[in-house]
Amino acid sequence: MHNIYGYIFVMAIVTYLVRMLPLTLIRKEITSPFVKSFLHYVPYATLSAMTFPAILHASDDMRASIVGFAVALVLAFRKKSLLTVAVCACAVVFVVEWFLI
Amino acid sequence: MEKNTSEFRMGLIDAIPICLGYLAVSFAFGIQASEAGLSVFQASVMSLSNVTSAGQFSSLDLIVTNATFAEMALLQLVVNIRYMLMSTALSQKLSPKVGTIHRFLIAYGVTDEIFALSVTRKGKLNPAYSYGLIICSVFGWVLGTFLGAFAGAIMPHRLISALGLAIYGMFLAIVIPDARESVPIMMVVIGAMAMSTIFTYAPVLKNISSGFRIIIVTIVIAGLAAVLAPKIDEETADA
Repeated sequence: MHNIYGYIFVMAIVTYLVRMLPLTLIRKEITSPFVKSFLHYVPYATLSAMTFPAILHASDDMRASIVGFAVALVLAFRKKSLLTVAVCACAVVFVVEWFLI
Repeated sequence: MEKNTSEFRMGLIDAIPICLGYLAVSFAFGIQASEAGLSVFQASVMSLSNVTSAGQFSSLDLIVTNATFAEMALLQLVVNIRYMLMSTALSQKLSPKVGTIHRFLIAYGVTDEIFALSVTRKGKLNPAYSYGLIICSVFGWVLGTFLGAFAGAIMPHRLISALGLAIYGMFLAIVIPDARESVPIMMVVIGAMAMSTIFTYAPVLKNISSGFRIIIVTIVIAGLAAVLAPKIDEETADA
């Protein structure tokens, strides 16, 4: 049996290096229009890919998740704050699950 | 100095949804970690030193099967390589004047959620804001792990289930308002969701790990958008 702290150490080092190297090595502003545009779109693509379809499996009941997703979409479209959208999505799921399971 | 304090406080407040979402996710992690044989302390140390949901969850299998350290290193690299893309994007949000120590500290907290808030902030990123985000988020991450490992069985499961939506609600609150104002961003959002759905359910494709799925979708969709709708530079003005 390997030492668990050994595993934790290896994990932490690898994960930290992945995060740290670009931040410390890339100091200058990137000038290539393609790369700039690409990086501009990266967060939207990443966040959308992470949200859907994962949000459907985020609670115990997919029907509740779908309602939560719809509520979050509407509130976000109305430019409500991050906290409002997040808390309302959770509250709706809580209520819907209350009735369903 | 005053500005840094208010930026720091702003970061703490903005990260409250992250903190809530992390509580739910890391609670689940804490339960699984104790089932895998980790002590409460070990699980908490792992959360504090790694701060990566996918990486930590996937590590448990390897620990249980007594894998080598090299296998563990490779797994973490694969699962977390998306952070490299995020750090690269984030490097462009920092003024070149931001020193190495700040960069070392900010790097510690590059998670999907903290990245999302940092990179969509208007203008350049103030390290004080990042520290606010990191402290509030990591607090939730470690506390949830501790509670899950310590008292997994006695928390109301219904609450944990509902909190699972917090992070996704936050992502939508970041992405949708900008998509409303910009057709290319709207296409990116829809395209990325559609492609990620295909990769989640389609035969063969669904075997790709979620970490790689996100990388592939990001590179294809953001790359297409950069070709089809290159961004005319106006953002440097407010930097």
